[in-house]
This record gives sequence, C-alpha cells and structure tokens, in this order.
Amino acid sequence: MAQEPILEMHRIHKRFPGVVALKNVGIRLFPGEVHALMGQNGAGKSTLIKVLTGVEKPDGGDIRLAGKKIQPGSVLEAQDLGISTVYQEVNLCPNLSVAENIYIGRFPTRGPLIDWPLMQERARSALKALNLSVDVSLPLFSYPVAVQQMVAIARALSTEAQVLILDEPTSSLDEDEVGRLFEALRQLKSKGIAILFVTHFLDQTYAISDRITVLRNGEFEGEYMAADLPRLQLINKMVGREIDESAFGRQEGASNADSSGRRPFLATQRLGRAGAMQPIDLDVRCGEVLGLGGLLGSGRTETARMLFGIDPADTGSLSIEGVPVRVNTPHRAIQNGLAFCPEDRKTEGIVADLSIRENIILALQAKRGVFRFLSKKRQSAVAEDCIKQLGIKVADAESPISQLSGGNQQKAMLARWLATEPKMLILDEPTRGIDVAAKLEIMDLVKEQCRKGLAILFISSEMPEVLRVSDRIAVLRDRQKIGELAGNDADEQKVFRMIAGVDS
Amino acid sequence: MNLQSISKGRLFWPLVALFLMVMVNFWFNPDFFSIKVVNNGLYGSVIDILNRAAPVMLIAMGMTLVIATRGIDISVGATVAISGAIAAALIGGSLEIKDGVQTYVSNTPMSLAILAALGVGLLCGLWNGFLVAGVGMQPIIATLILMVAGRGIAQLITGGQIVTIYYEPFFFFGNGFFLGVPFAIYLVAAVAVVLLLLVHRTALGLFVQAVGLNPTASRFSGISARALIFWVYGFCGVTAAVAGVIIASNVKSADGNNAGLMMELDAILAVALGGTSLDGGRFSLIGTLIGALILQTLSYAIYSLGVPPEINLVVKAIVVFVVCLIQSEALRNMLFQRRTRVEGQA
Repeated sequence: MAQEPILEMHRIHKRFPGVVALKNVGIRLFPGEVHALMGQNGAGKSTLIKVLTGVEKPDGGDIRLAGKKIQPGSVLEAQDLGISTVYQEVNLCPNLSVAENIYIGRFPTRGPLIDWPLMQERARSALKALNLSVDVSLPLFSYPVAVQQMVAIARALSTEAQVLILDEPTSSLDEDEVGRLFEALRQLKSKGIAILFVTHFLDQTYAISDRITVLRNGEFEGEYMAADLPRLQLINKMVGREIDESAFGRQEGASNADSSGRRPFLATQRLGRAGAMQPIDLDVRCGEVLGLGGLLGSGRTETARMLFGIDPADTGSLSIEGVPVRVNTPHRAIQNGLAFCPEDRKTEGIVADLSIRENIILALQAKRGVFRFLSKKRQSAVAEDCIKQLGIKVADAESPISQLSGGNQQKAMLARWLATEPKMLILDEPTRGIDVAAKLEIMDLVKEQCRKGLAILFISSEMPEVLRVSDRIAVLRDRQKIGELAGNDADEQKVFRMIAGVDS
Repeated sequence: MNLQSISKGRLFWPLVALFLMVMVNFWFNPDFFSIKVVNNGLYGSVIDILNRAAPVMLIAMGMTLVIATRGIDISVGATVAISGAIAAALIGGSLEIKDGVQTYVSNTPMSLAILAALGVGLLCGLWNGFLVAGVGMQPIIATLILMVAGRGIAQLITGGQIVTIYYEPFFFFGNGFFLGVPFAIYLVAAVAVVLLLLVHRTALGLFVQAVGLNPTASRFSGISARALIFWVYGFCGVTAAVAGVIIASNVKSADGNNAGLMMELDAILAVALGGTSLDGGRFSLIGTLIGALILQTLSYAIYSLGVPPEINLVVKAIVVFVVCLIQSEALRNMLFQRRTRVEGQA
C-alpha cells in the first residue's frame, strides 16, 4: 500500500517507577487497515494504548495524526482528535437506553431540550452501519454482551473517528458474536477507518488483520504484513526465542517411568462450559504431572476453574477414579480429593489478615466442616509440620500471612492444600511473581509430591517450566484442546507448532 | 511496653469508653453503684442498665456475626415486632376463677407460643439469608425489605391494635428475677455462652472471619460461604426474636408499630462501638456486649442527669461520635504523631 499512515507513533518511551514500560516503541496505522497489536503479558500493549489515548503521558517520542504532531492529554482530547477506543470491559451505562449510550454527553438538542426522536433516528442509522437493527429505546442491559460491544463501537464511531482502537473486544464473545463483530469491522475498513486491534486469539488475528506489530518486554519487535508472517514465526517473535531444537535437552519429567500405564485419577469426557471452555477430554494420572500448554487466553485457567467447580461445567462428564461425579462447588471438589492453587494469590489465595496458621489449616478445616473442629493445638501442630516440611521461612506462625514474601506465601498455599491430603493438585501459575530461588524450590516440591503418587495438573505461562516438569502436555488454543504431547519428546518448537497449527 | 500491648488489645478502647461513661454517672450520682435487695430481687442502677441493655445485647450479638461476613441486617427491629406480636397473639390470656381459685389461662401453651415466636424469628432471618446468599442481593437492600414489610406483618398479626397480654407467667421473661438477678440477664448470658462456644470451639469463628476478609479465597478453600451466610442471618433473626419476647413480656403487650423501633441502629452501633469493623472480618462478641452497655449507660446518664428530653438525642449523638473518634486508630496516630513531632522540635 502506497498510502501514508494516518497515525504514527514514533520512538515512544514510558517509564513507571522502577520499570521501563515502553522503550523505543513505534506503530503505524494505515487507513482502511486492521492492525493487530500482539505481545505477551507485560509486553507493553496496554501502556502503548494508554499513551495513544491520552491516559498516560509518554516520557519521550511523538505521535502524529495525519502528519500533524498531537499530544492528547485525556481520552476526551484523543476522541476530539478522532481517536476512539473501545475497552475490553464494556464501559457503558447498562441502565440507559441504547440510543442514550451512543450519544451520552452529546445529545442532539432542539432549543434547550433533547431531541429524542432525532437521537433515536441517528442511533438506529449508526447501528445500521454496523449491520445491527435493535430497538434503540430499550435499556442496554436487555441485550447480550455482543450487542453491547457493538453499541460501544457505534458510540466510538459516532464521534467521527478516523482511528478506532479495540482493546480485546472479543474476550467475552462467543464464536457467532465474533463473526458479527468482524463483519462490522470489515465494513469500517472499507470506509477507510484505521483499526487497531488488540487480542490474544491467534485465529482472530489472522482472520481480520492486515498488518501485525509485535511488542516484547516493552520493546518494538517488528511490524509485519499478516500474510507474510506464519503463525509459528509470530509466536516465536512474541515469546522472544528463536526456537532451536538442539538448544533444549531432555527435560527431566517428574517421573522417568513411562506413565501411560498409570491409573488415571481424573478423567473428563467432553467437559465444557459455554463462554469459557470448549468441550475437553483430559485424563490426569496418579504420580504424573500433566502440563497445560498454551498462550494467554487459550483456556488454561478456565480449565482449572471448571475442574475445581468454581465455574462448573455445563456439558460433558467428569469421573474420579472411574466413578462419575458432579463437581459444582470447590467444596465438592475438595471432598473428592482435589486441590487448587489459584493464579491470583492475593485475591483468590491468601486471606491476608488471618495468621499463617489459620491460612494453612483453612482448607483442611473446610474439608472437615464447621463442627469437626481442629483444636488450636492441633492446628499449630499441622501448621508447624507444614512449615518445616516445605521450608517456609517464618518467625511466628501466628503473625499475619501478609507479612511473608511472595514465595513463602505461595509455599503456605501449597501447605494449605497438602494438609488436606489431596489426590490431585491443580497448580495455576504457582511460580508467578516470586524470585528464582523460590521458583526452583516450589518446582522441586511439586515433583517430590508427584513421586509420592499425587496427580498434578500444572499450568504456567512459561513454556520451559511446563516442559521441564510435565510428563505429558495437553496443548490448548483458543479455549480448545488441540492435542497432547508426551513430555519426553515435547519441546518448545513442537508445542508452538501445534499452537500455530503447522504439522511438524 | 506492657501498657502499649494492652492498649493495642481490641477490647481496650471500648472498655475505656465504658469506664468513662460509668464514671460520669458516678460523678453525678454517688448512689450509682449501690444495690438494694427488694422482694428477693436486686435493684440498683447497674442492675437496671444490664437489664435494660439485654434486648440490644442479644440482637447485637447476632448482628456481630452478620457484620463480620460483610453484611448488615436492618430488619431486626421489625423481627422484634413480629416475634413479640406472635407471642402476644398466641398467649393472650385471661384471669379465670376455677373452683374458687384464680388461675391464669393462656390461649396456647406458653412454651409453644415462645417456640413459635423464636421459629418465626428464625424464618425472618433465613429469608434475609436467602436474599443475600441465595439471590445475591446487597445486604442492606435485602434486609430493608423485611424492615419495611415486617412492621406491616406485625400489625396484621395484632390486627393493628396494641395487644395486651393477661397471662402472668409470661411476664417473668422481662420482669422476673432468678436468684436475685433479672431473668433477661440470664438469657443474654446463655446466648453469649452458646455463641462463644460456637465461635471458639467450632470452626464457625474462623469461617466467618475468612468469609468476611476474603470471600473468594474462602470459597476457593472449600468453605461453603453461601450456606454460612444463610445461617448467620438465620441466627441473627433468632436473637431478635428472643429480644422481642423479652420486650413483649416486659411491657406486657405487643405493639406492631413501635416494638423494637430503631433497635437495628442501636445494635449496629453496639457492634461498631465494640470494635468490630463494618468492613467485615475480625469481630469481637465481648466487644459488642461492651458496646451495648456503653449505649445503655449513656442513656441512663442522660435520664438521670435530667437532660431536657428535647436535646437528649443530640447529646447521645455527640457522645457516640466522640467514642467513635477515641476508637479511631487513624485519629490516635494523627494526634500521637503531632505530639512526637512537637517533642522532637523541643
């Protein structure tokens, strides 16, 4: 395309206290193109968008819109310049009507009064442009999320936007809804609007984008035409390693013996949950680590939450030791011998103001119920035992758990679950946010438990970690299981090839 | 050092406030601590305060657990009215002369009537629990429903009239003495002991705290948070019903309109004065009892000092405000820091 870019960000720098969020990052948006912004968590995608939309002020670099230098100081200013944003979470007013949502703050007036008929007429035609005909006088909450998302886009476009930014607009949509959204985007494209699209879904990236910019660790990795960038290369660029088979030796799985003959502890048949996870077949065996491989948004955490009854499955079946069971609450899951260390330790794991002792015995006590009370003496004994066994560094088990370091908090979470004597342990990002030494210790603890016969489902966004610890790896993509690899012949390239859909 | 660790204890500041309130009473009324024996019963200011505080102490104990789970129950006043109305309507009663002997006759056996009153209180609480834990309504809205509707229900039961009770054995709960001490105080003590045992000898206390501090983490740890919240509201309803029976017995009648009026606010205030955070989590039942006593001692002082009735609510409000300020750690830190800064400059 010989066109000039409508919007250009050049050598953008942004520092936050302690970290450099963006270093020399640039992006070019062309009219009539969908441009995908790709990168792993923490790559700087959202910071870049915040800079572009005036939420954050850049420390360096410049932004040019149609050749003119701009410095948006707020979202409103950016909007007036023709840069509109639709955020991941729909941020409209659900109690107002569709038409009001589109024109809020800019109601067409007749004299001092709002011209309701005109507003509704305009709202109808704005939505019509997106191939959507709904009753615009009904409150927004009466429509599904997809329609709400469309309303958000209509609102963004009604400001005569030249540039439309979509920050993960599809994360709460199902397949049909995504299809409708894409149709609308194609129409906008044909009208010459430049679209910046942020997503974690690879399929969607290739379905809609013309151009892709990859960020990694806050740095500009490169800009490519989508047609010229095979999936595998895209993944390599996001992950940041030229994956070379010889560079990775054999990973030490938790057990060296062939695990295929082991007794399955938990098995699922077409277990799924609408809007969260496509039906999945998994089996987790005693004394074996099953790794879940996949990029962010591929459904790793969703699978864990479904198995543990937090977001219960609505299709398929689950059996434990060959017996079909219904796990619809965490309580039931625990009764069935499951344990789950959630990803977000602060909000889903620890109870910050309770003591270390209370945090450790919480799940055990919950498993026993309210009335089979562990005396404080026994609580202390259990806690001390765990603290010694897992090497948790504490001065006093009675002090609040919030005083512990991240790594020690994580060990206390492991202790909470090991105290329930589970048969299967689900670990979601057990090494996130903790230092390297603690990471290794936790990995060792996991392997040790596994050798004792525990079945383990291991989730981590760090592929080398998954490879190192797993006996088998189930590979997920776009909330679907796309295959399984044996740990001893899996390597990063194979996993990524599978995710990319390339035959190895 | 020792003093500092005492002052950090959670009951320290509520006790200080209660002590000050008692001293104010003593200052203006030297007879405050004297107790006389009249007709096998103990009479005196202290006994009177304990006796009058009984209904609020009961309700506030139930409220403490509700608040600890991040909830609130503003329907307890209405529950007091409903349970009082049930008891009154079922007992009714009259004095009859049978074979030349005067006997009190109730419409239904008294034990049955009281069980019914407590049962209805439980139902009221469970209804709130269902709305909060089952339907997922915000506690203040969920209990607002019963707060408004409950008064109507109570009036339906009493037929819009004040129902007078003519059955003397029933008067014992609110007026009687056992071993010289008003019977209502025994009821408070019994509920307190049961509750303290439940909190400290079962996992109830731990679970309530965990759910109040971090509902998500508690659920993920296998605590059935919804069932817990459901029953905590149920229990709060029962404490309100016990209070309702005491009040009906004390005034020998049931008034659907006025029984327990504004009592929810006193109960919440007692919980707050006792040092339990309205954000949920850590709670103190003993603190709540002290909080209820602070309120009652204050009311007593206002009456005994002869504060003009038209300003006594204002006086009460000011004192409560000051007590809350004393308990505020943020304020104490602010004052303390200022003092150290001044010392540092000197």
